[in-house]
Amino acid sequence: MFYLLAIFLPLIGAAMTGAFGNRLGNRPAQMMTVIPMLLSAALGCLILAQVGFAHREIETVAINWFSSGALEVSWAFRFDTLTAVMVFVVTMVSAMVHVYSIGYMAHDPHVPRFMAYLSLFTFFMLMLVSADNFVQMFLGWEGVGLSSYLLIGFWYKRETANAAAIKAFVVNRVGDFGFLLGILGVFLVFGSLDFDQVFAGSPDIAGTNFNFLGFETDILTTICILLFIGAMGKSAQIGLHTWLPDAMEGPTPVSALIHAATMVTAGVFMVARLSPMFEYAPIALAVVTVVGATTAFFAATIGLTQTDIKRVIAYSTCSQLGYMFFAIGVGAYPAAIFHLMTHAFFKALLFLGAGSVIHGMSDEQDMRKMGGLWSKMRVTAVLMWVGSLALAGMPFFAGYYSKDIILESAFAAHTGLGTYAFWVGIAAAAMTAFYSWRLIFMTFNGPTRADAHTYDHAHESPPVMIAPLIVLALGAIFSGWLGFEYFVGHEMEHFWNGSILMLGEPDIIEAAHHVPEWVPLLPALVGVAGIALAFLFYKMMPTLPARVAGGFGFVYRFVFNKWFFDELYEKIFIRPAFRLGHGLWKGGDGQVIDGVGPDGVAAGVKNLAAGAVRLQTGYLYHYAFAMLIGVVGLVGWYLITVFGGGAG
Amino acid sequence: MGVLTDISVIWPELFLAIWIMVMLMIGVFRGDGFGAPIAWFAVIGFVMTGFFVLTGPIDLAFNGQYISDKFAVFSKMLILLGAGLTVMLSFGYNKREGTGAFEMPILLMFAVLGMLIMVSANNFITLYLGLELQSLSLYIVAAFRRDNLRSSEAGLKYFVLGALSSGLLLYGISLVYGYSGSVDFGVLETVIADNLSGAAAPPLGLVVGLVFVLSGLAFKISAVPFHMWTPDVYEGAPTPVTSFFAVAPKIAAIALIARVLIGPFGDLVAQWQQIVTVLAIASMALGAFAAIGQRNIKRLMAYSSISHMGYALVGLAAGSQKGIQAVLVYMAIYLFMNVGTFACILAMRRQGRMVEDIDDLAGLSKTNLGMASALAIFMFSMAGIPPLAGFFGKLFVFLAAVESGLVVLAVIGLLASVVAAFYYLRVIKLMFFDEPVESFDRPAGSEITSIMTLSAIVTLFFLVGLGPVYSSAGAAARSLFGL
Repeated sequence: MFYLLAIFLPLIGAAMTGAFGNRLGNRPAQMMTVIPMLLSAALGCLILAQVGFAHREIETVAINWFSSGALEVSWAFRFDTLTAVMVFVVTMVSAMVHVYSIGYMAHDPHVPRFMAYLSLFTFFMLMLVSADNFVQMFLGWEGVGLSSYLLIGFWYKRETANAAAIKAFVVNRVGDFGFLLGILGVFLVFGSLDFDQVFAGSPDIAGTNFNFLGFETDILTTICILLFIGAMGKSAQIGLHTWLPDAMEGPTPVSALIHAATMVTAGVFMVARLSPMFEYAPIALAVVTVVGATTAFFAATIGLTQTDIKRVIAYSTCSQLGYMFFAIGVGAYPAAIFHLMTHAFFKALLFLGAGSVIHGMSDEQDMRKMGGLWSKMRVTAVLMWVGSLALAGMPFFAGYYSKDIILESAFAAHTGLGTYAFWVGIAAAAMTAFYSWRLIFMTFNGPTRADAHTYDHAHESPPVMIAPLIVLALGAIFSGWLGFEYFVGHEMEHFWNGSILMLGEPDIIEAAHHVPEWVPLLPALVGVAGIALAFLFYKMMPTLPARVAGGFGFVYRFVFNKWFFDELYEKIFIRPAFRLGHGLWKGGDGQVIDGVGPDGVAAGVKNLAAGAVRLQTGYLYHYAFAMLIGVVGLVGWYLITVFGGGAG
Repeated sequence: MGVLTDISVIWPELFLAIWIMVMLMIGVFRGDGFGAPIAWFAVIGFVMTGFFVLTGPIDLAFNGQYISDKFAVFSKMLILLGAGLTVMLSFGYNKREGTGAFEMPILLMFAVLGMLIMVSANNFITLYLGLELQSLSLYIVAAFRRDNLRSSEAGLKYFVLGALSSGLLLYGISLVYGYSGSVDFGVLETVIADNLSGAAAPPLGLVVGLVFVLSGLAFKISAVPFHMWTPDVYEGAPTPVTSFFAVAPKIAAIALIARVLIGPFGDLVAQWQQIVTVLAIASMALGAFAAIGQRNIKRLMAYSSISHMGYALVGLAAGSQKGIQAVLVYMAIYLFMNVGTFACILAMRRQGRMVEDIDDLAGLSKTNLGMASALAIFMFSMAGIPPLAGFFGKLFVFLAAVESGLVVLAVIGLLASVVAAFYYLRVIKLMFFDEPVESFDRPAGSEITSIMTLSAIVTLFFLVGLGPVYSSAGAAARSLFGL
C-alpha cells in the first residue's frame, strides 16, 4: 500500500495547501507540501530498491473507474522497473525543487498557491508514470499539462507569462490530439485499453493494414506515429518545441522540475512504456529516430546564440530529449531511460543553479549583463561547473555514461538512420559543450557587465537553496557511474525484468558494447574541443564572438532567430487562425447568430412595437374602419376557406 | 312553469333592480352628498345579490328565454366579486377628486345588472337587452368627468364604436334569424343540428351571421381588431372606472361568448374555431407588442387586458369542456391580478395628484417596499411565472388547446407571452433597480391597501386554492355542455 502512498502524498499536500494555505500563511503551506514530498521521495527510493533491485512487481487495481459498453477502465497502478525508475526520479527531483522553492519564492506574495501547484503537478506526473492503462495515463498526461499551464502563468499579471502559458497549452493540445487519436485507435483495434491486453495483442496486429482514404496503411504504424505525436508535443520535439523556451516565463523552480527533469520526459517515458507496440512498428521507430536526432542538432545550434541564461538551458533540454528519442528510435530504450535519469539530475541542477544566479542578481536573466560572479557566489559556480561537466559528457560524470551508450547504440545500429543519428549526435555534443561553457564564462568570469548597484547586491543563495543543489550535484556526479551496470550493463536483463521489450538479436545495447575503440572516445574528445573553443571565444578573445557572428551574418541570424519557427508558425497557423476566429466572431457570431438571434429578435420586437403603437392613431374613424375591415376580413376569409372549396 | 318559478329564477336580478331603484330614490332626494353611502350600499347590494345567486334554483325561465345554470352562477359570482372590489377601490378616489356623485354607483349597479342578464340570456333578444343595459351605463361612466377633455373623449369614442358594434351584432342576429327562423338558443341548436345532418356545409347566411355576431361580441372583450377603443378609454376614463372596465365587463362578455358559441352554435365548432383562433392570435400578439411602446400605466394595462383576452380566447378556441373550464379559471385569476394592479395604480398619488407614468414607479422598492412587492407579484403573475396564479391560467388554456389539436395556437401563445414578459419585467426592474424618484403619498387608503394585500395573497398562494376553483369551474363548464 505504501507504493500508492508515494503517489497520493503529494495530492494530499496539494489539496490541504490549496484549501487552507492562504489562511494558515506561508510557513505552514511550505511545510504541508514539503514534508509529504520528502516522505514521498523516501518511498520512491524504497520502491526503486524493491522493484528494481529485488524484482518485486506489483499491480494494484484500486477500483473500477467506469465502464461503458465494451470499454472498461479501472484505477490500476503498475509498478515495474520502468515505473520505479520514473517514480524515483520524479519524487527525488520534486522533493529537491520543493525545498529549493522555500528559499527562491520567499518574497513572493502567493507562496501557498505555488506550493500547491507544485505538489499537484507531482501527483499527476506520478499518476502518469504508474498508470496501467491508457486512460489513466492520459489523465496524468493532461494533469501535468494543466499544472504546467498554471505554473508557467503563475505570475499572471505579466502579459508575457500569460501568453507563454497559453502557447504551451495550445501547442500541447496539438500533440494531445495525436495522443488521443492514438488511444482511440488502440481501443478500436485491440478492444481494450489495458496495457497487458494491448501488449499481448501487438504481435498479432503487426503487419495488418487498414484502408485510410484509399491508402492501404499499416495499423500499428499509424497508431504508434499518432502516439508519438503526443510525445513530441509533451517532450518539445522539433515542430512542437516552440512552447518550451517561452515556458521559461514561469518561476525557475518550475523550469527545473517541469520543463527540464520530469514533465518533458513524459514523452520519452511513454514511448518506452509502449515499447511492446513500437517494437512491432519499425517505420514508426524510424520516424522517432529522425525526429529525435534532428531535434538534438537543431536545438543545440540555437543554444549557441541565446543570451537569456534560462533559454540556453531550455534549448539544451530540448536537445537532450532529442538524444533520448533517437536512442529509442534505434531500439535502445534502456539507454534512453538511463539518460533520462542522469539528465534529470544534472539539468535540474543547472536550472536551479541558474535560479540561484538569478536570485542573487535581482532577477536578471540576461547573460550579457552578468560576468564576474565567481567571487560573489562560489558555491553556485562550482555546482554549475559540475552540472555543465555532466551535461557536456565529460568522463566519469553522469552524462558521460548515458550519452556515450546512446551514441554507441546509434552507431551499432548499422542502419542509415542510425549513422545519421550518430554523427548528428556527435555534432550536437560538441555544441553542447561549447554553449555550456559559454554560459559559465559569461556568467561567472571576466569583468562584470552588470550595473554597479546590482553587482554590489549580488549574493550567494541561502542554505535552503544550496542544499538541494548539493543533493542534485551528487546525482549528477554519481548516478551514471552507479547506474551503468544496472541500466545498460551486465545486470540489465535482470534489472529491467521484462518491463521493456527489445526485439533484435543480439540486442542493441549488447552490440553497443562492441563498437570500435574510437566511437566511445569521440564524444569526450569533441566535448573537450567544445570547451576549448568556448574558452578561446569568451575567455581569451572576448571580441571574437562578435566577429564570427558578423562573418557568418546570415547563418547567425537564422540560428539566433531560432530557425524562424515562431515566425513561420505565426504566418502559417496563427495569423490565419486568428483571422478565421475574428471572421467567425464578427461575421458568424456577431452578425449571423447575434444579429439574427438575440439582437435581431429584440430589434424586430422593437420595430413591431413601434408599428403597433402607430396603429393607435386616436381618430375615431380609423378605429371604426379597423373594426369593419376586421369583419370584412373574417367574412371574406371564411368564404374562401369554407365555401370556396365547396363551390369550386 | 308558473310565474313564481320564473320569478325565483330571476330573483337575483330582480332584487338588484329593486335595490337600484331604491338607491336612486334615496340619491335623488338626499342629493350629491349622499354618494359615499350609496357606494357602500352598492357593495352591500352586490353581496346580497351574490347570496341569492348562490342559493337560487337551477332552471329555465320565461319559456326558455332566461337560464340559470352552474355556468351562469360561476360567472355571476366572478362578476359580482370583481364589481364589488372595484367599487370599493373607488371610495378614496371619489372623495378626493369630487367624483362622488351618487349617480356613479347607481350606474355601475345598472351595468352589473346588465351583465347578470347577459350571462343568463338564453335568447338573442335577452342577450341584446342585457348587453345594451350594460353598455349604455358604461358609456356614461366613461365620460363621467365631463369637465375633463380626455374623459369626455373616451366616453364619446366608446359610445360611437359601441354603437357600431351593436349594429354589427344586431345585423348578425337578423341574419341568423333569417336562416334559422328563431332567436332562441335552444331552438337554434336543434335547427342547426338538423341542418347539418343533411347538408355537407351549413347555410352560408347562417355562418356570415355568426361572424357578425362574434364581431359584435368581440368588441366587448376588446379582441383585436375590435380593440381600438380600449387604450383610449382606459386612459381617459377616471381610474376607478378603468379598473371596473378591466374586470367585470370582460368576464361577462367572455361568458356570453362562451354561451353563444357552445350553446346554439355548438355544432358549428369547425366554423367558429377558426375565427376565434384568428382573434386569439391577433389579440395576444398585438397586446404583447403594442404594450412595449407604452409609457402610461393605464394604457399598458389596456394592452395587457387585450392580450389576456387573447389567452382566454385560446381556451375558448379549444371548443371543449376542458377549454371552457380553463377559460373560467383564467378569468378568476385575471380578476385578482387586475384588481390588485389597479389598487396599486390608484395608490400612485403624489402631492394629492394622480400620476400615471410607468417611470413614476422608479425605485419604488426603496420608498414603499410593500406596494412594490405586491405590484411585483402581480407583474410576475401576469407574465406567467410559476408558481404564481397567472402561470396556471396560461397552463390550463394551453393544455386545453393542445388537447384539441391546436398546437400552433398554443406555441404562438407561448411566444407572445415571452414578448409580453418583457414589459411586465420592465416594471419590476424599474421598481427594484432604478434610482428612486419622489415617493408616493401615504397612506394610500385602507380599502386600497387591504384589497392590494388580499389580491397579492390570492395571486401568490393561488396554488393552495386551485383545487376548489378548478373543480367548480369544471362543474360550470359541464353545465354549459348540457351534461
